[in-house]
Amino acid sequence: MQGFASEFSAAMSLILEGDSELWSIVLLSLKVSVFAVLISALIGMPVGAALAVARFPGRRVLIIVMNALMGFPPVVVGLLVYLMLSRSGPLGVLELLYTPTAMIIAQVVLVTPIVAALTRQVIEMLAEEYSEQLRSLGVSRLASVPVLLWDARLALITALLAGFGRAIAEVGAVIIVGGNINHVTRVMTTTIALETSKGNLALALALGAILIGIAVAVNAIVSTLSLRAEQEGLRHA
Amino acid sequence: MRDLTLEIVRRLSVRNLEIARNGKALLTVPRLSLDGPGPTLILGPNGSGKSLLLRCLHGLIAPDRGQVEQDGAPLGLEHKARQAMVFQQPVLLRRSVAANLDFVLKRQGVPRRIRKTRIEELLDEGGLEGKARQSARSLSGGEAQRLAILRALALDPETLFLDEPTSALDPGATQTIERMIQRASNRGVRIVMVTHDIGQARRLAADIVMMQGGRVVEHGAAKQLLDAPESDASRRYLAGGLVT
Repeated sequence: MQGFASEFSAAMSLILEGDSELWSIVLLSLKVSVFAVLISALIGMPVGAALAVARFPGRRVLIIVMNALMGFPPVVVGLLVYLMLSRSGPLGVLELLYTPTAMIIAQVVLVTPIVAALTRQVIEMLAEEYSEQLRSLGVSRLASVPVLLWDARLALITALLAGFGRAIAEVGAVIIVGGNINHVTRVMTTTIALETSKGNLALALALGAILIGIAVAVNAIVSTLSLRAEQEGLRHA
Repeated sequence: MRDLTLEIVRRLSVRNLEIARNGKALLTVPRLSLDGPGPTLILGPNGSGKSLLLRCLHGLIAPDRGQVEQDGAPLGLEHKARQAMVFQQPVLLRRSVAANLDFVLKRQGVPRRIRKTRIEELLDEGGLEGKARQSARSLSGGEAQRLAILRALALDPETLFLDEPTSALDPGATQTIERMIQRASNRGVRIVMVTHDIGQARRLAADIVMMQGGRVVEHGAAKQLLDAPESDASRRYLAGGLVT
């Protein structure tokens, strides 16, 4: 118990004294996940909105596939991205393996289906409500997409934060494609796994505390936005 | 037998209109006409096809047979652009009151400076001055419907369709809405409105289309139809009898 107390105390010191190694890991984690979520938003939101308003053969199958991808095991995603980026893989020439870019790619693959699926649910619900009114105002199906995206903005930010939560807490995929290289691809989750196995609990605990803090903050923002969206009549699906 | 060729704003007509679902005829209007400046009120019990007819006239529903025509030609986009519609449940954008009006003005290409002035005028007209920045979703039922009507009027329509706009409102809110509709009609906007409220028809209508079972059973000047209906269905409906 005394050992834990001293490790915890050391962990707090690392945080409060601004340990450069610790904060560089936190910064890299945030950079990777924020980039991944932004790219996922650029892909997932238009895809989700298109699936919500467009009608074409196979749409239902695509929605099922997209929903299934939300539960894709991260280690399998890591393995697939690894195979794509490895020296003998189709994208091996880019030499991205064991770089932050590889970790971003893995996180994009994990987060995009979440953003797309949540966007589709939100936009489909809103489109149903707006459909007749927008047609009455002469707004075409295609032109309705930006209107719907804007009016669903609170719920969509919630979807992005849900994606960010998944990305920042991810360990399986990023350790495979990032390699957990010190000062290069070492992020919070992979460092916690490594340092715990080495017995360096202070650093692991410090990162764990920050990770929990980020998770709580994200959840608090999601709850606040969900409440506001609900008050405006758009419940997050 | 009354001539049933429908002309709205003189050049709009409906002929041989048919809509069926699962083999059941929902709307059958062979020939029907509306003359004069209106307001025209479409009256009838629930399920009589009033709202369906209104949506056909506005081009929101394509009939299985027949067509809505203007100047003898099928209703086109240029005609629809001169129409607006207000629904039973107002559908307001999740934006401020002013932004709801700005949305339609901007789509019409009205310059920003003029939009600002026009929004102020519209808000004054609907008694919503001081609520410009308020979220449209936080308005009361009556205020929300007033905003929906103002947004429709912002399109500067030739014809304004209204689908039971006061069915969920109290008498005070209903009176305010009716005044807005009457003012729009006095300015030359052709009003075509669905209601099941006989009192409202008496207060607003210049002419009435009486519907039952997806068919027009009678059409004529409001006073004549309300005081001396020709069809049994109209007589029963106006007498408060059950009409299905």
